[in-house]
Amino acid sequence: MTTPEIRVPIQQIGEITVAAISGELNGRSAPLVQDKLLPLVAPGCKILLDMRDVSYMSSAGLRILLLLYRQIAGQQGHVVLSGLPDAIRDTMAITGFLDFFEDYDTRPAAMAALQARA
Amino acid sequence: MQRIDIYPTHRHDNFLLRTGRPYPFGATFVPGGVNFAIFSRHATGCTLVLFEKNGAAPLGEIPFPNEFRIGNVFAMVVFDLDYENVEYGYRLHGPYRPGDGHRFDSDLILLDPYARLVGGRDQWGQTPNPHNPFPHRGRLVYDDFDWVSDHPLELPQEDLVIYEMHVRGFTRHPSSGVKHPGTFAAIREKIPYLKALGVNCVELMPIHEFDEFDNDFVNPFTGQPLLNYWGYSPVGFFAPKAGYAATGALGMQTDEFKALVKELHRHGIEIILDVVYNHTGEGGEDGHTFSWRGIDNKTYYMLRPDGSYQNFSGCGNTLNCNNPVVRNMVLDCLRYWAAEYHIDGFRFDLASIMGRDAQGRPLANPPLLEALAYDPILGKCKLIAEAWDAGGLYQVGSFPAYDRWAEWNGKYRDTLRRFLKGDLGQVQEMALQIQGAPNLYAERGPTASINFVTCHDGFTLADLFSYNEKHNLANGEENRDGANDNYSWNCGHEGPTDDPELSALRRRLMKNAVAILMVSQGVPMIHMGDEVAHTKLGNNNTYCQDNELNWFDWRRPESEADMLNFFKQCIAFRAAHPVLRNRFHFQNLDYVDSGYPDISWHGVETWNPDWSAHSRTLAFMLCGRHARAGAEPDDYIYVAMNMHWESHAFELPRLPAQLRWRVFANTSMPPPVDVYAPGKEVLLRDQRAFLIGPRSVVILVGR
Repeated sequence: MTTPEIRVPIQQIGEITVAAISGELNGRSAPLVQDKLLPLVAPGCKILLDMRDVSYMSSAGLRILLLLYRQIAGQQGHVVLSGLPDAIRDTMAITGFLDFFEDYDTRPAAMAALQARA
Repeated sequence: MQRIDIYPTHRHDNFLLRTGRPYPFGATFVPGGVNFAIFSRHATGCTLVLFEKNGAAPLGEIPFPNEFRIGNVFAMVVFDLDYENVEYGYRLHGPYRPGDGHRFDSDLILLDPYARLVGGRDQWGQTPNPHNPFPHRGRLVYDDFDWVSDHPLELPQEDLVIYEMHVRGFTRHPSSGVKHPGTFAAIREKIPYLKALGVNCVELMPIHEFDEFDNDFVNPFTGQPLLNYWGYSPVGFFAPKAGYAATGALGMQTDEFKALVKELHRHGIEIILDVVYNHTGEGGEDGHTFSWRGIDNKTYYMLRPDGSYQNFSGCGNTLNCNNPVVRNMVLDCLRYWAAEYHIDGFRFDLASIMGRDAQGRPLANPPLLEALAYDPILGKCKLIAEAWDAGGLYQVGSFPAYDRWAEWNGKYRDTLRRFLKGDLGQVQEMALQIQGAPNLYAERGPTASINFVTCHDGFTLADLFSYNEKHNLANGEENRDGANDNYSWNCGHEGPTDDPELSALRRRLMKNAVAILMVSQGVPMIHMGDEVAHTKLGNNNTYCQDNELNWFDWRRPESEADMLNFFKQCIAFRAAHPVLRNRFHFQNLDYVDSGYPDISWHGVETWNPDWSAHSRTLAFMLCGRHARAGAEPDDYIYVAMNMHWESHAFELPRLPAQLRWRVFANTSMPPPVDVYAPGKEVLLRDQRAFLIGPRSVVILVGR
């Protein structure tokens, strides 16, 4: 089994945690992404997922996003997405996953939205 | 506390294994792996065959060790599978002796009858590769959709207005303007249209995985192969059709379909699935084996003593529905759709087959129908039978119902058609049908009667009054296919016309049909496209046509705005008046002391209907004070039907003081004064009589 091509650099900008996922988010890489992201969840956390460099998103990838959403919501935190590629955004809309997320075209717009949250 | 059964005990090549659980059947996730369980009573052995997604050759083959078999179930856990990229099937070992009912062939890789996701035909119409060793492939799926607070709507059956539709046909036409034509996702985009029309239930023609290439006929005009477009040809009972999903190529059809159900519910629209448990797509003697035939032919199919297939479906084989194993499969399947997909109800294709025993004899108390009626999980689902089959069993009014089953009322359809075209001898039966057929459904009440004038089978409403004969040459069978008893009338000219008078007559007859349908007790059903006068050019069996004959033309809501408006107002009128939607039959009595019986019959003279065989006129009045047994006081409603080609002056029943008759609809009037929005009906100057035009229906409301 080869190591999946996925990277999730994380940076803290003020109170906002920015995770930029890059590569293919599929059944093989999803557990790795999950291991990176779940430790970020804390009461009242503000997490921005920059999706601009996600080249492919499978059903398992969408499930990781929803899992993250549920964990964050459970701790009164906030998560927003930025830069969703059109095809992925379309898939998320069609399958209902987008109903759970706020998404913004750009990272600054997503930052601003998160900053506005109490 | 950690379970101790999450560790492998066996190994085969690189696969780590453990004995599985025999139940549930199918492929289910267990900690660390996937549990595969499959039944076969007559197989001598079984091999699990794993593929990489879309792989040409198997990734591995794992024979079930004998200690992994419990009774007639082979069960095994395989650990560490990349669940999104694996496809699975089975080889079954056993005798090939068709005379004894056995058709095992271990050269074939077979689809699990319980597969909940089926790959291999991910996009509609993609020509299959004949060398593919495994055409319909089982895949693994998580049943973890986030429904939030969605719940089946459980609308009272008497309040439903059903819209029968085809997933692909609804939005495939280039005029649809949707992002992904022909898909579940596209239906979501058209929900505003359904809401504006006023229907509160969609009935989807088959959406389980089927093979659209299951058709050997060729269109003689174009030379093009014909398809199995409607989809009454099951491949996987548990799987939504990938080719109907915009995300089929990603294997996300389950999520896409669930998102559609959730969205329909959010808009107050129920969803009924047309399900086919009478036969499979494996065909007859010369059919092809991709699942049940090779897994346990003798269990799954009704066979004659010589091992040949009984054919009560007209499709080559007959599912052995009352075999206890097959019965459980059907039950498991429906429970799955109800619980996992939040489906509101089911319409059972050729349901009479489900009441036959293993030899094909009709049963007085069919275990399957009883089990469905009493099932706890299906307890609030609508159950609707197409109460006949292709073997000559016709059970409209006598389908074993257990106080649960409703029926497509074929007698309503035939009577209304004959009445509309002016046949003699129809008024008595028409009167019964308008009341929800107490002659057929005395015990069950009017909600057992699904009323319709057209459905996917047969002429469209526009064609019903444009053609005397079916015109099915394009189906490649020299016009032999399709029904001959259509009770249609071309109004004097076969096919399209430029004659304005003829055209006006046809449109009037169409309006008469929907007007009567919407004031009948029972549950009205309309077929997609009839509201915009869709034509199939006289073809009454378009099961094979993936083209304009079946595609809803989205330019027509504009070009046929008058017809659409007439439908909308009739549906809105029904919604506005509980007296049209009674749960119980009329008693022909005054039991609320209003001075009027709940329903009264009239003719040209009040209180004196002409019941004779020569009569073509009929009128009735509903007393609003009796609506829903007096629980929901409503207006009075009077409906006059003149199916004669001459005008007749109808006396109007006298209303209680203070109330006046107002015109809701008069089909002899040109639009826009043919119909008014409920609440905006026009006061009648003459409250004592109304001249009803030739072949016209008038609906008045008294308030």
